[in-house]
Amino acid sequence: MATRRSRAAARMMMAPAVVLLLGWMLVPLTMTLWFSFRRYLPMRGGDLGWAGFDNYVRFVSSSAFWPSIQATLVIVGGVLAATVALGVLLALLLDQPIWGQGVVRVLVIAPFFVMPTVSALVWKNMFMDPVNGLFAHLWRLFGAEPLAWMSEASLPSIVLIVSWQWLPFATLILLTAIQSLDREQLEAAEMDGAGPLSRFVHIILPHLSRAVTVVILIQTIFLLSVFAEIFVTTQGSFGTRTLTYLIYQRVLESQNVGLGSAGGVYAIILANIVAIFLMRIVGKNLDA
Amino acid sequence: MGRIVLEQVAKRFGDAEVIPALDLEIEDGEFAVFVGPSGCGKSTLLRLIAGLEDVSGGRILIDGADATQMAPARRGLAMVFQSYALYPHMTVRKNIAFPLRMAGLDKAEIERRVQSAAAALNLTDYLDRRPGQLSGGQRQRVAIGRAIVREPAAFLFDEPLSNLDAALRVGMRLEISELHKRLRTTMIYVTHDQVEAMTMADKIVVLQAGRIEQAGSPLELYRAPRNRFVAGFIGSPRMNFIEGEEAGRRGAFAIGVRPEDIALSREPAPGAWEGVVGVAEHLGSDTFVHVHETGLAETITVRVSGETPCAHGDRVWLTPREDAIHRFDAQGLRIA
Ligand SMILES: Nc1ncnc2c1ncn2[C@@H]1O[C@H](COP(=O)(O)OP(=O)(O)OP(=O)(O)O)[C@@H](O)[C@H]1O
Ligand SMILES: [Mg+2]
Repeated sequence: MATRRSRAAARMMMAPAVVLLLGWMLVPLTMTLWFSFRRYLPMRGGDLGWAGFDNYVRFVSSSAFWPSIQATLVIVGGVLAATVALGVLLALLLDQPIWGQGVVRVLVIAPFFVMPTVSALVWKNMFMDPVNGLFAHLWRLFGAEPLAWMSEASLPSIVLIVSWQWLPFATLILLTAIQSLDREQLEAAEMDGAGPLSRFVHIILPHLSRAVTVVILIQTIFLLSVFAEIFVTTQGSFGTRTLTYLIYQRVLESQNVGLGSAGGVYAIILANIVAIFLMRIVGKNLDA
Repeated sequence: MGRIVLEQVAKRFGDAEVIPALDLEIEDGEFAVFVGPSGCGKSTLLRLIAGLEDVSGGRILIDGADATQMAPARRGLAMVFQSYALYPHMTVRKNIAFPLRMAGLDKAEIERRVQSAAAALNLTDYLDRRPGQLSGGQRQRVAIGRAIVREPAAFLFDEPLSNLDAALRVGMRLEISELHKRLRTTMIYVTHDQVEAMTMADKIVVLQAGRIEQAGSPLELYRAPRNRFVAGFIGSPRMNFIEGEEAGRRGAFAIGVRPEDIALSREPAPGAWEGVVGVAEHLGSDTFVHVHETGLAETITVRVSGETPCAHGDRVWLTPREDAIHRFDAQGLRIA
């Protein structure tokens, strides 16, 4: 693609995609920005005119704001911790030559293909139901009082469900990283007197650090906008109202589009801060 | 100390018998070189000694103790890998210190040993660099440094120089030889380069398809190769083999003459082999003349000392030194 002509042709051919993408992003973004400065209450009079920064101030000063940030961070942090830790362990296991390796790998990847709504419903009704759920039966088997997961352990439940969905992603990326580790390094370490644990700590973990960074950053972007799992389980109650869910409630439940849009702008800012981190760290790691 | 004895050691990967049972003794302080064509099982044999592969049969004795079931780290051997296998996220210092840290030595002792190894290998200026910031030769030295700090009973090298360019290879070859002279530790060295084998070894072990074809000092192998395979493998350029009438006259199925044992003349000589020059390789110190159309073999290579004015198409006469002719029977074995 070196000559001027071929570059012009390339630009022409890329134009439709670029225009489409721009429209896709710019139209909603502009609308969100526009609405965030309006008093717009669809069921209560419609567009009531200019609001200045009212919506922004009200969104942050609402008593629900900080708890929602906290819930978001707990869910993101919890899922990250669980998926990275279990992902490393699973990847180590899957790397071993075991009987039926192909089938096991497909099974491990499977949760990634289940829609979030479906998996959340399956978890809620099949596993976590306090009367008929599998966990309830299990608890009773050991003579314990079944746990009402959704109300008594709402955040851990959601972390569990979301982790289950994202574990395959983490495992897959970490598995490819482990497979790219030079076997001779492990053998050299073995000859140097490093036991299995030392080999893991001194050789495998450092080798995985780049893959772990990528997993953390990519997952963070997606986890910030977790919605379906909350919608079909707790509906934002019992302290599971994340920033995303709060925005949804402001727009659709309180029918305050202006207020919700202001929240949306905050979410965009938050996501962009994370995105900048991602670009810089991933970019730096790729350079090294 | 480092006397390594293999008794009937065999290795199978599934159904494939890579190493049929073999016996081998490597004396303490000896520099043993395994040579052989690619895929003959050199690395496998080395890895069996290192403990990185389990034997399928037989025993490995290190200093008289049965090490067959011992974990690699317990055998007191250090290995230098072809890929160097340095730890990329650690500095040179940490790489060299790693085996000592694993052995639980105290900090001061580790530092002292790392410093002395680095000094011996000219690495002092690079201690704080990572392997990625070093040249091939420097990486090679770090790998050797990591091996010597452990003060092992024996060193195992698997084609350590094959990733280096020709000039560096000669330099490192000398360094490793000097290291051996200084440390007097047993070394087992795998290579497929017969020049390395000839120059470094106290004992060469020639392998083919997992069998030991011959083991002995470089000159023993050069002077009295046990069979045609060893004869062809040791020496550069390769020995010329001639079958048929010329061999029959000397009471053999085939005869072998090394290129350096043939005299080349541009005048007809009585009993000489007549031929036409194909290519003459002028190295300055020597000239390798490849002669065709002798009616004896496809090509006969002759080594002439110094310059000789030979060109493509010249007619030449070759006279082998009768006392330097090797005779082989139909099975390829040497006739004494
Ligand atoms: N893990 C393994 N599983 C099955 N076969 C193997 C394995 N490792 C080696 N082999 C086979 O054993 C034979 C000897 O291999 P080895 O690596 O020892 O050869 P080598 O002499 O070191 O060759 P090279 O000079 O190319 O390094 C080869 O035919 C190889 O295919
Ligand atoms: Mg090899």
